[in-house]
This record gives sequence, C-alpha cells and structure tokens, in this order.
Amino acid sequence: MSGFTTLTRRHVLATGAAAATLPLIGRKASAQSTVRAAFVYIGPIGDHGWTYAHEQGRLAAINRFGDALETTIVENVAEGPDSERVIRRLAEEGNNIIFTTSFGYMNPTLKVAKRFKDVLFEHATGYQRSPNVATYNARFYEGRAICGTIAGHMSTSGVAGYIASFPIPEVVMGINAFTLAARRVNPDFKTNVLWVSSWYDPAKEADAAKALIDQGADIIAQHTDSPAALQACEQRGLMAFGQAWDMSSFAPTAHLTAIANHWGVYYADRIQQVIDGTWSSGDTWWGLKEGMIEMTPYSSRVPADVQAAANATRDGIISGSAPAFAGPITDQAGVERATTSQALNDGDLHSMDWYVEGVQA
Amino acid sequence: MSTVIFISIIMTVVGASTPILLAALGELIVEKSGVLNLGVEGMMLVGAVSAVAVVSITGFGLLGVLAAMIAGAGASMIFACLTLTLTANQVATGLALTIFGVGLSSLMGESYVGTTVDILGPIFPSALSDHPWLRVVFGYSPLVYFSFVMTFAVAWFLKRSRVGLILRAVGENGQSAHSIGYSVIGIRYMAIAFGGAMAGAGGSFYSLVLTPMWAEQLTAGRGWIALALVVFAAWRPVRLLFGAYLFGVVMTLELHAKAAGFALVAPEFLAAMPYLATIVVLALISLRKSTGLQAPACLGQPFRPTA
Repeated sequence: MSGFTTLTRRHVLATGAAAATLPLIGRKASAQSTVRAAFVYIGPIGDHGWTYAHEQGRLAAINRFGDALETTIVENVAEGPDSERVIRRLAEEGNNIIFTTSFGYMNPTLKVAKRFKDVLFEHATGYQRSPNVATYNARFYEGRAICGTIAGHMSTSGVAGYIASFPIPEVVMGINAFTLAARRVNPDFKTNVLWVSSWYDPAKEADAAKALIDQGADIIAQHTDSPAALQACEQRGLMAFGQAWDMSSFAPTAHLTAIANHWGVYYADRIQQVIDGTWSSGDTWWGLKEGMIEMTPYSSRVPADVQAAANATRDGIISGSAPAFAGPITDQAGVERATTSQALNDGDLHSMDWYVEGVQA
Repeated sequence: MSTVIFISIIMTVVGASTPILLAALGELIVEKSGVLNLGVEGMMLVGAVSAVAVVSITGFGLLGVLAAMIAGAGASMIFACLTLTLTANQVATGLALTIFGVGLSSLMGESYVGTTVDILGPIFPSALSDHPWLRVVFGYSPLVYFSFVMTFAVAWFLKRSRVGLILRAVGENGQSAHSIGYSVIGIRYMAIAFGGAMAGAGGSFYSLVLTPMWAEQLTAGRGWIALALVVFAAWRPVRLLFGAYLFGVVMTLELHAKAAGFALVAPEFLAAMPYLATIVVLALISLRKSTGLQAPACLGQPFRPTA
C-alpha cells in the first residue's frame, strides 16, 4: 500500500543458544560447527499465515539443532531494492545460509549471491538458480485439490469464491487444481476468482470475500495470507479454507480445513547439509508425500463420507495413482490440455498461464 | 443488480469509508492547528491493538473503542512532546511515530495473535439492523454513526465556535495568536491529542468491526489514505465526508465489479486512485488562489515564541 512499510522491519536475533539451554554434554565445541542461518520474511510473523508458517519452520529447525544453529530473521521486507539491501547486509554479517521466502526476492537474491560466493542462498517459490542459489517450493496445489474435493461435495450453490493475490503460475495452478477436483465431484462447479493485488491486506480480503459471497459463492478459498476472509464467512454462516496454517481459531464454524505449510522439514534438511558440507544448488518441490504440505484436521462439519473422499484425493496424490492434474483437462477456451490417460508434468505446471473449465477469472 | 446485492455493496462502502473518515477528521484538526502529524498509521495500529486487548479482557466493545482513543491520544503525546516542546522536525517525528506504532502494536498484540473478539455490531434492535433493506440505515456499528456526528461537530467547531476560531488562528499565524495572549503550544497539544484519539477510534474500527481480531499491520496502510484525504478535502470537514466515501467507493466497487465479472480498469490503477486524486487536488490548490482551498499557513512549521 505504501513505501513506508519498508521502514518497519525489525530485527530479531534469536540465538539457538538462548532457545535451547541444553547441557553441554558431548557437544563438539568448535566455532565451525555452528551454522548461521538467516530468514527474510515478506510479512510480519504475526500474520498467522505465510510468514507465520516459515517462522514455525525456523523454530522447528532450532528445535532440532539447538546450539549448533544460530538464526536471524528480518520481517516485513518489501520486495525489490529494499530486499536487496537486507539480503546483502545479512550476507555481510557472516550468515552461512540465507532463506529468502517470497517470490519477489528472486532477482535481489541472485544479485547478492553473485557477490558473496561463499554464502548459500535458498529462494522460496522462484525459478532461477545459480551455483550458490537453490530454490524450493511446496506443492500447495496438492492441498488445493483436497480443498476442491471438499468444496465439490459441500457447496450447495456450486460456486466457490477464490481470493487470489497475483496471477503467477503458483497461484494459477492452485485455482486450477481446486476447480478440477471440485468438478470431478460436481461437473457444473464454478470458481469465481477475485484478484486483490496484495498478499496481505486484511480489510480488503474481508471485502473481497463479501463481494464473492454476494455473487453467489457459499464457500471461500484464498491465496492471500490473513484470516480476514474466514471471519467474513463465519459472520455470514458460510464455509472457508484456511491458508498456510490452521486458522480455525478465527472461524470455528466456517473453517473446514487448512493447507498447512511445514517448511521445517526442508529447513532442517538443508541446514544438515550445510553442517555435513554436502549442500548443492537445485530445485526442491515437495508436497504431501514429503510432509511439506499437510491438511489440518477436518472440521466436524465435514461429513464422514466427504472426509473419506478428501482422504482418497490425498492418498491418490501421495501414491501417484491420481495426481492433482490427471486428465482429462479442458481449458476455459475448450482446448483439451490433457487426455484421459495423461497428467500434466512439472514443466507444464511451472508455466501455467491458462485456466481450466469452470474458472471465472 | 438485485436490491440485496446493492444494499450489501453500500454497507461494504460504509465499512471501508468509516475508519479513514474518523482518522482523517482527527488529522484535519491537527493540521488546522498548524501541525503535520504523519504518524496516523502508527496511532491507528496502537488503537487497534488496544481495543482488542481491552475487549478480550472486559468483553465490552465500547470500552475497547474508548481504550483505542486513549491509546491513540497517548501515542500522539509522544509526537506532541517532541515536536512542540522540543521543536523537533514534524515530518521526521511523524514518520518515526508510524514506525514506532507498527512495532509497539505488534509487541502489544503478541499474545492476542490468533484470538478473535466479539464484533462491535449494530446498536439498533435486530428488527431494524437485520431487516432486508432497513439495515442500510440501521445496520451499522456505533462507530459509523459516531463518524457522522463527529464530521458535523468538527465542521461546527471550526466555523462557528470561539475555540475553533482560536485554533484556526494558531494554525494560520502562530506568532499573532501568541502575541494576543493565546497559548499556541497548549492549543496544539490539545489538537494533537484529539487527532490521536480519532486515529485510535479509526484503528479500532478495523480490529473490532471489519475484521474482529488482531493481526500485525491490520490497517495495511489506510493511515496514509487518511492523510491524503485531508489534503484531498482541502481541510474542510464536510468535503472530507464526501472524500472518504468517494475513496471508499473506489476501494470497494473494484472488488464487486470484478466479482460480478466486469473488468473495469486495471486493479493497480484503482489501488493508486486515492493517491492520484490527492495529487490532482494538490495541483489544483497551487493553481487556484481562492483562500478556501489553502493549507493552513503555519502547517508543519515549529513554533518558537519570540519575546
């Protein structure tokens, strides 16, 4: 909303030593064995969504490594030039590995990485790598497919509202996975997408939810970070899905389930590789199978047969017998994108710029 | 378009407009007294979190609003002390107040993240507030009616009351007001406190009415829109009311139009509209010489009494 938010980042130095006051039994006492990791966050850790989930991942890593890990976080870092300054400073301060957790940090991360060849960088949700820049992402769309299955069963109007941030492949594939799964249950299902051009703006997200509800949606999914839309659904007695973390405390009745992002699995894995000296650049895209994505417990409002259907969607994705983007898939224009025997591959997903049938965007 | 949707849109517009109107009314008085306080966003956030804290302890929504006003006024006193007593630069201090407010509110709100509070709902009986179309008049939180009352109260205060005249004198020419015996500093202190209280009330509208919860940076930059609004309205309260609703319509209609399947213009353009409109008004002000559109002459200047 304004450039001034860039001034608001705070520095929190959370040392592993302070977090885990373990007795010093059998500790390999050498300075080199301590890894210094830094995390750059787009929002506040109190957003209870995207950044909160990354913060939980950091805490999980601290929990695992204790004294051997020292971490720094910087919150509320705006994408663009400001993030470059922050990332450069973190590299100068002697961090071994820096996790930059938003799509827009891609170019700044690569730029800084060029100057600091000894520092390792991990960029979330990006697609450009270099010898010391790895990328990682979660297969959110797998969770969206499970939400879609539930929505297909539970929506009486057959219209879902979908609050979306920006039309990048990650968001587009979420919309498509959700709609595809819902239409397997209810072939007439429609997803009404509303772009709010922001990742975090509670008042606007709430207004967007209301606008979608007014247009006939009785279930709301979101690709934005605050629980405001869930609250709007709670007030109107409708249904919604949480984003990034369990949001049921904000909407006990409306909240059906949430796609929880467990970044800690990856953070611990990568930090271990830094300790072992085996780190190398690459692209990681984990999902339900690896535990990076998990559905939070279903609300009691979801009937047993719908829960079973949702679990079947999940199991099919994990085993690979029924991927989220299994054919047949037809796009908005009626062009067949995958036949019955095909499924879209990762390359197709990374460049996805079209919508499946049933999406109104 | 059905009546139900139309009424729902109007109610969303009211929701979007009320908090910026409240905050802007406060800032209008501050600027009329010759002080520019850029800390609106910070004071709104401090108010928003205080409201949640008090409501979650006491359970009384109106007590939450009161707490928000006291907290907002309290935060503004830091600014007042620095800029009036110590004559610090107002722009820098105001920006610092916003940064401080963001940090302080997230610190205060740490234990309230993830909890919700009861919505500060309509004051009228549900026969009126839930009525399919009467709710367009009766279906609001008390803060909405308060914002209307305050608009006209501020208009009356500035134009008709003696104290309002003194306040304007202080804003137009502090030295003259001082030389005929008015306490410029004292009056500015009171104006700033009022501005803080109104910003706090605006903040509480987010945390108690629109999204009844606390989340960091809940206001997401609306304080800057309130600041722009004061300039847009050329420091006139009734024009401020129209401006707030115009900004509210722009912010809301975009969503409803898109949800209904109309893509009017690029959403980025609509998001920039309040700021663009403000720039246009600023340009008009500098073109026109009529006194009605002028900024208070002493706006932003520190006051150091001579002799």
